[in-house]
Amino acid sequence: MSDLIDMIEHGSLRGSLDHCVKCTICETACPVSNATPLFPGPKYAGPQSERYRVAGEPSVDASVDYCSGCGICSQVCPQGVKIAEINARARDALKREHGVPLRDRIITRPTWLGRIGTPVAPIANLALNLRPARILAEKALGVHRDAPAPRFAGRRFSTWARARGRERRADRATAPGAGPPDHRGLPRRVVYFHGCGTEFYEPWEGEKVVEVLEHNGFQVTVPRQGCCGLPLQSSGLFDDARRTVLRLARSLSAPLRDDADAIIVGNATSCTLMLKREGREILGLEDDPDLRLVSRRTYDICELLLALHDRGELRTDFRPIREIVAYHAPCQQQGHGIGKPALDLLALIPGLEVREMNARCCGIAGTYGLKAEKHGISMAVGRDLFDQVLASGAPTVACDSETCRWQIAHGTGRRSVHPIDFLHRAYGLDDAGA
Amino acid sequence: MSTLSTDVLVIGGGATGVGVAWDAALRGLDVVLVDRHDLAQGTSGRFHGLLHSGGRYAVKDPQAARECVAENRILRRVAADCIEDTGGLFVTTPWDDPGYADRFAAGCAETGVRCEEVQPSQALRGEPRLNPRISRAFRVPDASIDVWKTVWAMSHGAQQRGARILPYHEVVTIDRSGDVVGGAVARDARSGDELRIEARVTVNATGAWAGRVAQMAGIEGVRVLPGRGIMIAMNHRLVNTVVNRCQMPTDGDIIVPIRTVSVIGTTDQHTDDPDDHTVPQEEVDRMLDEGERLVPGFRRARALRVWTGVRPLFEDAKADSTATRDVTRAHALLDHEQRDGVRGLLTITGGKLTTYRLMAQETVDAVCRQLGESRPCRTETEPLPGSESGEHYRLGERLARKEAELRGEQLICECELVPRSKLERAIAQTGSTDLDDIRRQLRLGMGPCQGGFCTYRATGILHERDGLRALEADASLLAFLQERWKGVWPVLYGDQLRQARLDEWIFQGVLGVERLPTAPETAGAGGASGAGGASGAGGASGLAPREAP
Ligand SMILES: Cc1cc2nc3c(=O)[nH]c(=O)nc-3n(C[C@H](O)[C@H](O)[C@H](O)COP(=O)(O)OP(=O)(O)OC[C@H]3O[C@@H](n4cnc5c(N)ncnc54)[C@H](O)[C@@H]3O)c2cc1C
Repeated sequence: MSDLIDMIEHGSLRGSLDHCVKCTICETACPVSNATPLFPGPKYAGPQSERYRVAGEPSVDASVDYCSGCGICSQVCPQGVKIAEINARARDALKREHGVPLRDRIITRPTWLGRIGTPVAPIANLALNLRPARILAEKALGVHRDAPAPRFAGRRFSTWARARGRERRADRATAPGAGPPDHRGLPRRVVYFHGCGTEFYEPWEGEKVVEVLEHNGFQVTVPRQGCCGLPLQSSGLFDDARRTVLRLARSLSAPLRDDADAIIVGNATSCTLMLKREGREILGLEDDPDLRLVSRRTYDICELLLALHDRGELRTDFRPIREIVAYHAPCQQQGHGIGKPALDLLALIPGLEVREMNARCCGIAGTYGLKAEKHGISMAVGRDLFDQVLASGAPTVACDSETCRWQIAHGTGRRSVHPIDFLHRAYGLDDAGA
Repeated sequence: MSTLSTDVLVIGGGATGVGVAWDAALRGLDVVLVDRHDLAQGTSGRFHGLLHSGGRYAVKDPQAARECVAENRILRRVAADCIEDTGGLFVTTPWDDPGYADRFAAGCAETGVRCEEVQPSQALRGEPRLNPRISRAFRVPDASIDVWKTVWAMSHGAQQRGARILPYHEVVTIDRSGDVVGGAVARDARSGDELRIEARVTVNATGAWAGRVAQMAGIEGVRVLPGRGIMIAMNHRLVNTVVNRCQMPTDGDIIVPIRTVSVIGTTDQHTDDPDDHTVPQEEVDRMLDEGERLVPGFRRARALRVWTGVRPLFEDAKADSTATRDVTRAHALLDHEQRDGVRGLLTITGGKLTTYRLMAQETVDAVCRQLGESRPCRTETEPLPGSESGEHYRLGERLARKEAELRGEQLICECELVPRSKLERAIAQTGSTDLDDIRRQLRLGMGPCQGGFCTYRATGILHERDGLRALEADASLLAFLQERWKGVWPVLYGDQLRQARLDEWIFQGVLGVERLPTAPETAGAGGASGAGGASGAGGASGLAPREAP
């Protein structure tokens, strides 16, 4: 019987094309097809072309590879067509048939890159910023010379987290009475899913997440974890993506099984979306019990904190921050269907003036903007956002997703941070010297 | 009245009639073909789309099965481009007599149907939407065949060899003097003019209408019992293989994937009138129920439209004991010289689309006998124009063509990927201002939105290119909307209902088509209305479900 359900569910992704009434709302909202004629648009590539695709027959529409996978089409579709997901599957079929460039095999494995780059960070960072090296990389690999490359932090978040964990256990042993405040029903234990960006490139964002959570009385555990597989999935490497996300689901589900109240929280919105929905839906993993468990109990960090606030349980001992901050909600964050909790949280900080950007997409879409043939498109897509940021006069842009932050910094020259940075500062945690 | 003169006059432009024209032209005979409507607008344009492997008849009608086996092989070769090699499956569902499967396998072996039993799990891997509770599965070489492509190809081929193909010419009189038929008089449906066609031999290939035409020649007892069947096209390919229930042939037991859709059918309801296109709601429900048994979730999938076709089931009222009553699905060739003592007239009716070539071959053999000439048949080896490469049609072809020129021209029909230049060419070639004629050439308006977005675009182009008067353009638009609407309303639920609402907002809300001025008797609607009854009375677009049962 579970076979039957699987089959219906499985069929439903493609089957959702039945809901298309050709209204074209997705085409007007698609940031990519509005920036380049190389992508024929979500309606065309999605529900329309899907009727011409036969499993097992050669793919004939390589243009679907120009879809960035931002997912805006599925969000704006008033009829519930899973457009971006249909496109993702078509991309997978295309890659299966025509093979995957070496470049895509490399840039879609952040864990692998991070492990190599971290110990030699100074050299690696130098190379990533050295013009001749970048030109070489473009020629040899097809990674665009101007694409925003993150800098290796040279240290790993998990190292910090392990040390922190030991410290906390020692604290609890010496002061057994000083437990976290009571939450009246809200799970007190969180499993922190930090993702690869935090692990290798921005460990400080993870440190802030943990400190903010602890400040609110959470006991944070950080299990060993790897990549969620999203970069692989969005480049159409489905088999590898499946293996990767399932490996992650194994390690994240173990603590959930031990504690029925525990939840997972993450600050990488695209990676949490992968856990919540995309892994099951796009990769067709509806049946995996680990992933199902993980997906049901995963929260975005801002989503969790705002829920806490709604119950009156978020600490609001905020110091004023007299600044202007621009906020951009990444497409993948919008894919969660949780509104824009970061905006509400930032609004709690006295003195902080938040300017919400009214642009669709920064253009990077994970690894899309890194690719030589797509970088120009990604910058054209981001133009609108960049202009708004520059016009806002804000020195800093808050944004929930790391690759978007890198792109925004690249496109505007402004600093870009996770919204948690502001909460952390307002709690006074940064000068607590924790 | 002007007069044409020819060797062979073919009455009826379905697959059979056009097949006769092609066969005769290949043998070097001079041919005129007339149809009261456009080509393939009778039963041929309203069939299920299945090129039979013979499996369906393996138990019930071994003779028909053998014919299908042979014709399936030949057509795959000569009409390759009109055929998609989907393959077929016969599956035993929990509702089917489990004993039938063995009889089926034995029947196939006996009649030469290539049939291989596979594990149900293997069948399910290939067709994951199929009911997982199937207990047996057999692979057979069923395929889907695009009748319009087939008919246009034969018609063009015949024309290249001098044949004159005259659509919209209805035969009103058969010229008989004494015991000889010398041709017929046809009326041009557009101009009203009459045309006399003198022919050495006249072939009555009017399918379900064959009895009426025979009667015009004073020949009695050609009784064709029209058997009406409905089919429902689903929005996309729920299966990519022809799927048959492994049981005695009955209603709603086949799903055919053809072009962008999958079609479930069919029923068999006796009717007195071959132009009866009633769609009983009960039959629609039955089809959807049967669909649900083959593909769980079928009822929730989107139905696009419904249509009906009328089988020509021949019964010879004049038959002596030699004619068996059971072979109604086999074809009947009547040589009226032998049967009735009337020279110069043959009737060919019954049969299946799959056997049209064989029917044409036998008919033209008989024509040659009457003419006293010996001309061997060539259709078994001569590929239809467009099929020379021997490569089968693939669903992805249109998408591939569009991909090659993505930045090129505008798509007029987005669902069926019809670009502007193709539409303009079809308008020029057909000389028709009836969008429904264009539809059968290009599949214009046959996708999910059922003309919602292409109708107004196409009308604009028609108006611009053909210099149509505004009133005529209005009439074309309304007739096409009406035509599309006829097929949509019996399945107005779920997604298709939402689409119909959007289309209605476009045509009535935005464009106000209800208030379009039209000429009292619209010229363009003449052909379309005949095809299926209701014409746009009072200029109403028909988009409001006022006809709903
Ligand atoms: C519901 C249904 C499903 C079917 N499915 C299949 C299938 O899947 N596979 C298969 O192999 N077969 C199938 N068949 C059978 C097949 O469709 C028919 O056997 C075949 O199309 C008959 O072709 P025809 O040319 O003989 O008749 P038609 O296509 O009906 O042609 C007769 C033509 O004569 C014209 N005509 C009538 N009167 C006059 C007149 N007075 N003057 C001029 N012209 C006139 C009509 O306009 C018509 O175009 C199906 C039939 C039905 C009803």
